[in-house]
Amino acid sequence: MSNAHLYMLGGVCLFTLGTYALLTKTQLLRKILAANVMGSGVFLVLIAGAYRSPSGLPDPVPHAMVLTGIVVAISMTALALVLLGRMVPGSRKGDKE
Amino acid sequence: MSLILTVPWMAWSILLPLGGAVATFLSRRYASRLTLLFGMATAVCVGALGWQLALKGPQRHHIGGWQVPVGIDLYADGLAVLMLAVTALVGLLISFYATAYFPKAGQEETGDQNVASSVYFWPLWLFLWGALNALFLSADLFNIYVTLELLGLSAVALSGLSGKAEALSAAMRYLFVSMIGSLSYLLGVALLYNMYGVLDLGLLASEVRPGPTSQAALALITVGLALKTALFPFHFWLPPAHANAPAPVSALLSALVVKASFYLLLRLWLGVFPTVINTTAVDLLGFLGALAIIWGSIQAFRQRRLKLLVAYSTVAQLGYLFLVFPLVLRGGDFTAWGGSAYLAVSHAFAKASIFLASGIIMHVAGHDRIDELAGIGQRLPVTMFALALAGVSLLGLPPSGGFIAKWMLLNAALITGQWWLVAVIILGGLLAAGYVFRMLAHSFTPATWISFEQPVARRMEWSAFALAAVAIALGLVAEPPLTLLQSSTSFAGPGLREMIP
Repeated sequence: MSNAHLYMLGGVCLFTLGTYALLTKTQLLRKILAANVMGSGVFLVLIAGAYRSPSGLPDPVPHAMVLTGIVVAISMTALALVLLGRMVPGSRKGDKE
Repeated sequence: MSLILTVPWMAWSILLPLGGAVATFLSRRYASRLTLLFGMATAVCVGALGWQLALKGPQRHHIGGWQVPVGIDLYADGLAVLMLAVTALVGLLISFYATAYFPKAGQEETGDQNVASSVYFWPLWLFLWGALNALFLSADLFNIYVTLELLGLSAVALSGLSGKAEALSAAMRYLFVSMIGSLSYLLGVALLYNMYGVLDLGLLASEVRPGPTSQAALALITVGLALKTALFPFHFWLPPAHANAPAPVSALLSALVVKASFYLLLRLWLGVFPTVINTTAVDLLGFLGALAIIWGSIQAFRQRRLKLLVAYSTVAQLGYLFLVFPLVLRGGDFTAWGGSAYLAVSHAFAKASIFLASGIIMHVAGHDRIDELAGIGQRLPVTMFALALAGVSLLGLPPSGGFIAKWMLLNAALITGQWWLVAVIILGGLLAAGYVFRMLAHSFTPATWISFEQPVARRMEWSAFALAAVAIALGLVAEPPLTLLQSSTSFAGPGLREMIP
């Protein structure tokens, strides 16, 4: 088993852990964090795949995919945090009680 | 003439809504007018694309001039163009309705619609439109992931637009489902890329081999997309999200957004992975679809609120779409997948009409409790007529788009000798009759005194009516859309034929 396989397996484990936490945790903030762990797992699988390229040089396409994925993950997290802020009254700066 | 045929209309039909979204965000005062303008321009692009397709066959466009496998391709065949056209027509009518539904900036707030929701509706809706068009045209696995996320982001934001507690918690749940769905899809894409090193759907279709990796990837992709399509038992998020949104948003979500992920399932299962799928997998999807029909219909019948009834009916109607997989695998061919696609199209019109009509009823009555709606039919004859016509299509009674579609599915089930599917289709129709009559009965009950005084804009009633009329017209003029569908050659390729016992 090569290093790349080990990383890939680690990515799948992170994805599974994140999914489990997202489904079982009741606190919304924990769920948001769990979704980010899931995302990191997928990114690890992609990066490990790039490393495995037969020519010895890393494949740039998965890198581009991960960069795009990170941008998407940030937007998703931002939207989730805004929704969370709206749901919990008084949690936002400047909210009047 | 030849100039029109060389313009990349595909790219324009994605760029225009996205540009419109930015424009409506910057110029809030003219947002509704700008949306109609950009919407009509997009519809023209889709029309021109349809013309290109009719004259030159399926179209392929290399974005930025880069060839596959380095670049990303857009691809338009009959199915894609039909979905684009449905999106454009349904979208324009809903936009027209929304111009009267949302109060304009500076105007006094009416009912439960606040000005904030009207300010953000227009840009978010145009983003959603751009994401839908990009999704229908993408021929690249990773590009599809990006469009799925764009679609999810704008759909979640739209569903929480009213800012009320139930709407926000429904939006939050929708967001989590959407995240799990797209990350599961992305993990499937990562496995496929590690195995085959391609992302283009056409290249992948020629290289994919059956095996554990392909099956695991397809399973992850399918679970992700089924979550987003609200296939039973993943439907739990749909009723609250669709029922608590403002009426135009409910219509967009139920008519268009859930169809997008189903469209991808159809393309991937039948166009890219026919060699990987086996009978167990297709029977499982068909079985879940059947459960969705029965469970969704029963739940719809039991609801006390009109919008929840309509949302559960979406769960049931989505179940029908999944019957396509066992039907096609056992030789149903165009009768099966054409019927399923046609059902998606006619349901889009019928359900959009019903949600818009429920919005009018809620506006006039101030609530949507079904048992207290007696007499509303006297007050809103046009809306009630729209509701009844759309109900006919939902039931699958002739002449309507729903009838043609269910007839095709029923035929496919008979040809392939799958009697349990015949039974499910017929039972689903009977159950639908139950909830559609429940939806209409109370509203048509005459009341001695009419307590509904709230005025309603004409254009809202007529938009709902026009959508219902199209759902009926799809049953009267079925030839052109079905011919357009049949020109999609990417389905039922050699791989699929070999699978037929």
